[in-house]
Amino acid sequence: MRGVRSALRFLRGEPFAAVGAAIYAVIIVVAIFADRLAPYDPKAILKVGARVARYLPMTPEHWLGTTSSGRDVLSQVIFGTRAALQVGLTAAFAVVAIGTLLGLLSGYLGGWVDRLITRVADIVLGLPFLPFMLVLAALTSPGTGVVIFTVTALLWPNTARVIRAQVLSLRERAWVEAARVTGCSTARIMFVHVLPQVLPLAALYGSVAIGWAILAEASASFLGFGDPSTVSWGVMLQDAYANQALSRGAWNWFGPPGAAIMAMVLAGFMISRGSEKLLFPKLADQ
Amino acid sequence: MSALIEAQGLQKTFRARGRLVHAVNDVSLAVAPGEALGIVGESGCGKTTTARMLLRLEDPSAGRILFDGADITSLRGAALRPFRARAQLVFQNPFDALNPRFTIRRSLAEPLRNFGIPEAEHAARIDAVLNRVRLTPPEAWLDRRPHELSGGQLQRVVLARALIPGPSLIVADEPVSMLDVSVRAGILNLLREARDALGLAAIYISHDLALIRYVCERTLVMYLGRVVEEGPTTELIANPAHPYTRALVAAVPVPRVEQDRAALPIRGALSDAPPTGIGCAFRDRCPHAFARCADETPVARSLGGGRAVACHLGEAA
Repeated sequence: MRGVRSALRFLRGEPFAAVGAAIYAVIIVVAIFADRLAPYDPKAILKVGARVARYLPMTPEHWLGTTSSGRDVLSQVIFGTRAALQVGLTAAFAVVAIGTLLGLLSGYLGGWVDRLITRVADIVLGLPFLPFMLVLAALTSPGTGVVIFTVTALLWPNTARVIRAQVLSLRERAWVEAARVTGCSTARIMFVHVLPQVLPLAALYGSVAIGWAILAEASASFLGFGDPSTVSWGVMLQDAYANQALSRGAWNWFGPPGAAIMAMVLAGFMISRGSEKLLFPKLADQ
Repeated sequence: MSALIEAQGLQKTFRARGRLVHAVNDVSLAVAPGEALGIVGESGCGKTTTARMLLRLEDPSAGRILFDGADITSLRGAALRPFRARAQLVFQNPFDALNPRFTIRRSLAEPLRNFGIPEAEHAARIDAVLNRVRLTPPEAWLDRRPHELSGGQLQRVVLARALIPGPSLIVADEPVSMLDVSVRAGILNLLREARDALGLAAIYISHDLALIRYVCERTLVMYLGRVVEEGPTTELIANPAHPYTRALVAAVPVPRVEQDRAALPIRGALSDAPPTGIGCAFRDRCPHAFARCADETPVARSLGGGRAVACHLGEAA
């Protein structure tokens, strides 16, 4: 309860974080209640009389119109939140968990552990993102699994490097030495004393990773490596592109999923910006 | 007299830009239970490295450390914990010595937890130690975080944290150099009171002879990693035997000098020292240097009365 209250107090003082959190809150609520909020089944081919209801403009029945195959755009955007959250949160969590753990071990333990981890990180950073994902998708079955794996496998070094740098400076602090003198085990120093200091930084990279994961999913889907049976914003964009929605001026079709992706990525960045104060607790009093 | 902590031939060698640097070179010392030893010397003389080795925060390159007669030189991890509970450190910079995210209560409970003291006793012990360092009433301080405290208050918490495991030895590395002059005496007196009440031995590391004189019975003077002179503090200051000690004493700014002394000019700075090897490390700055100083490293010789000096001057040739 105290945590919730202090989180709210924090958000009041940080308009950027508040806006970002609000966007996430909306997306999460929409994802949870998607089946009640969506006016139609997002995959159903709707008809007007005997004809397929293709390319309908924005009308009271279809707030955002319909697609070329007669599907309701609003319902697809609403159901797309589920795919976005699933991909974004899973990948971000994996990136942060792996990156933070390896960064912490690398920075605090040093020696061969550090050399091994930084070497692997350097190699991974050299891998091109999109080709890696596309080759992987071509070799295995396309879908969100590949996207999550790619984002995790290629993005952890960014987090690990920053966490490592931070840990390298933290481990020289006198209070870390004090922890040693007062009998802390190495594991306890790492996970109880040092880890909490870098968590805000890790969360920052996590919120960036959410954005990356959603963009990656959109890119993969857009290039045709998505899972066509899922409803996601990326698949919607690909569908719109393949059916010349732009030249037909059907902006009501490709606009909403694009805006949704943008809003969610932006929200991640805004939250990370706002988390600066958590990074420097002294600033909280000023 | 059996020593509480004893160092034999401690050495620490660092590699810096391909060159070996002997930060600490053959330092031996012993501190009896309840005794206060001062280690003085200018920056870079190896006094902090010596202290860190004594506390097993740094591995010596050579030499042995005995605590209560037991060799602790190669203990690590959990095997070191019983020693940790008995040898504590007071830091130079109180603003950096406490985990910024921990409340005072948590910082003080951490050693208790690590040393396996039952949780039921924690509150009482924390209260007692805060009373001892005069942070009263304890309840007013427990839930604060370090950034809400002043330097003097923080140093009291640091002292409390050092006292709470019930140590036999406190190492204080420049314990007041970062504090305002107005609160220095308070912290030093507090340390002395705690030592008297609990019978603690102490090692004070400082560049400040006045401080050492105020709190230490015995003093060790270090220069470039070596002990150049050692003896009871009052005699060592009243009648320094080594030219470097004389220079240190002459450098203390005292408004009214009771003893006769002439300013002793030494030349150059620490970086002008000859590369460690054969001969006296101080010879380039010493006004009395003669041929032998370059050919032969002086070894400590006893002057009687617990005093020793490592200098060719006055040696029988």
